[in-house]
Amino acid sequence: MGAQLRIYRRRMRSVKATKKITKAMELISASRIVKAQQRVSASTPYANELTRAVSAVATFSSVEHPLTTPHANPRRAAVLIISADRGMAGAYSTNAIKEGEQLAALLRERGLSVASYLVGRKAVNYYKFRDRQIAASWTGFSDNPTYENAKEVADTLLTAFLEDSVDGQGVDEIHIIFTTFKSMLTQEATAKRMIPLEVVESSTPVDSALLPQYEFEPSAGEVLDALLPRYIEARIFNAMLQSAASEHAARRRAMKSATDNAEELIKSLTRLANAARQAEITQEISEIVGGADALASASAGSE
Amino acid sequence: MTLNVALVSPTEQVWTGEASFVSARTTEGDLGVLPGHTPLFGVLVDGLVSIKGVDGSTQEFNVRGGFLSVSNDRVSILTESVV
Repeated sequence: MGAQLRIYRRRMRSVKATKKITKAMELISASRIVKAQQRVSASTPYANELTRAVSAVATFSSVEHPLTTPHANPRRAAVLIISADRGMAGAYSTNAIKEGEQLAALLRERGLSVASYLVGRKAVNYYKFRDRQIAASWTGFSDNPTYENAKEVADTLLTAFLEDSVDGQGVDEIHIIFTTFKSMLTQEATAKRMIPLEVVESSTPVDSALLPQYEFEPSAGEVLDALLPRYIEARIFNAMLQSAASEHAARRRAMKSATDNAEELIKSLTRLANAARQAEITQEISEIVGGADALASASAGSE
Repeated sequence: MTLNVALVSPTEQVWTGEASFVSARTTEGDLGVLPGHTPLFGVLVDGLVSIKGVDGSTQEFNVRGGFLSVSNDRVSILTESVV
C-alpha cells in the first residue's frame, strides 16, 4: 500500500471515530431536551401562582418595600450570567456572555459599577482568562439544576442586595442573563432586570382588574417580606431550567452539524483514497508493462 | 360549591382538584377555608395541610413553609417542598 493511500485511510479512521462521538452526543442531548422541557413546564404552575401573588400584593398594598422600589441613587448592579459547564454547544455560552458584556456596558454608561455573578464553568473561565473580578460563581449543575442550586444563588444575590452599596460590597440592582428556550431551533440570550421588580411577566398575562382585594395574614409588609425572596428564587430557578433546556438544544444542533460535516468529510476522503488506489494500480501496471518491454527488448538484442 | 385547590411546589404540581374544605397552619395560627371564603393571602409555617376532597376523603401533606392564597373559591398553596 502506497504512502498516500495509507494517509487517507488513517484520516478516514480518525474522522469516523469523531463522528461516532458527535453522533452519540447528539442523541444524548436530544433525549435530555425533552426531560429539560418537562422540568420547565413542571415549574411553571408554581412560578405563575407566585407571579400572580406578587402582582396582587404589589398592586394593592401601599407598602414601601426595598425590593419593589428603585434605589434613588444606584451605585452598583449585580449581573448574574447563566452559561454552560461544558462546551460542544456551539455559541450557546458565548451568546450569554456577550449579552452580559452589552448589559455591563449599558450599566456603566448609567454610572453604575458592575458585580459579576457567574453560573457555569464557561463564563467563569472567560472571566478568569481576562483577569476580571468575579463576585461569586457556581459550577457543576448547568445541565441539570435543582431548586437548591437556585436557592443558593438567590440567597447570595439577596444578601448582596440587602447590604449597603456605599462601602462597595452591596448592590442596588440585580440583573439576570439567561437563554430563553423558544423552540427546539431558537434559543435566545435574554437580559432581565430582577430587582427592583420590572413589569411582572408570566406565560399568562395577569389583568390587574381581575386581581382580588386580598386580606393579608399577618400583614401586607410581612407577606411581601416572605414572598419576594421566594419569587426571586423561583425566577432564577426558571431561568436555570430554561437555560439548561437551551443548552441541550444548542448542543444537539452543534453535534448534528458536526456529524453531518464528518459524513461529508468521510465521503470526500473515500473518493480521494479510491483515486489514490487507482493511481497506484495504474502505476504498477505501467511499471510491469514497462519492465516486460525492457526485458523483451533486452533478450531480443542478445540473440 | 366546591373549592378549586392546587398544591404546587417549584418542581411539580403536587395535588390539584376539587375540595370541600382546606386547612393549613399560617403564622397567625390554624386556618380553615370553606367555599365562599373572602380573598386571603397568608404565610404558612411548617406543618400539615389537609385537603378534604368532595368525595369525603382527606389528603394530608406535610409542607415546609409557603403561602396560601384564596380568591373566588380558588385556593393555591405554594410550598417550597412537600415532605
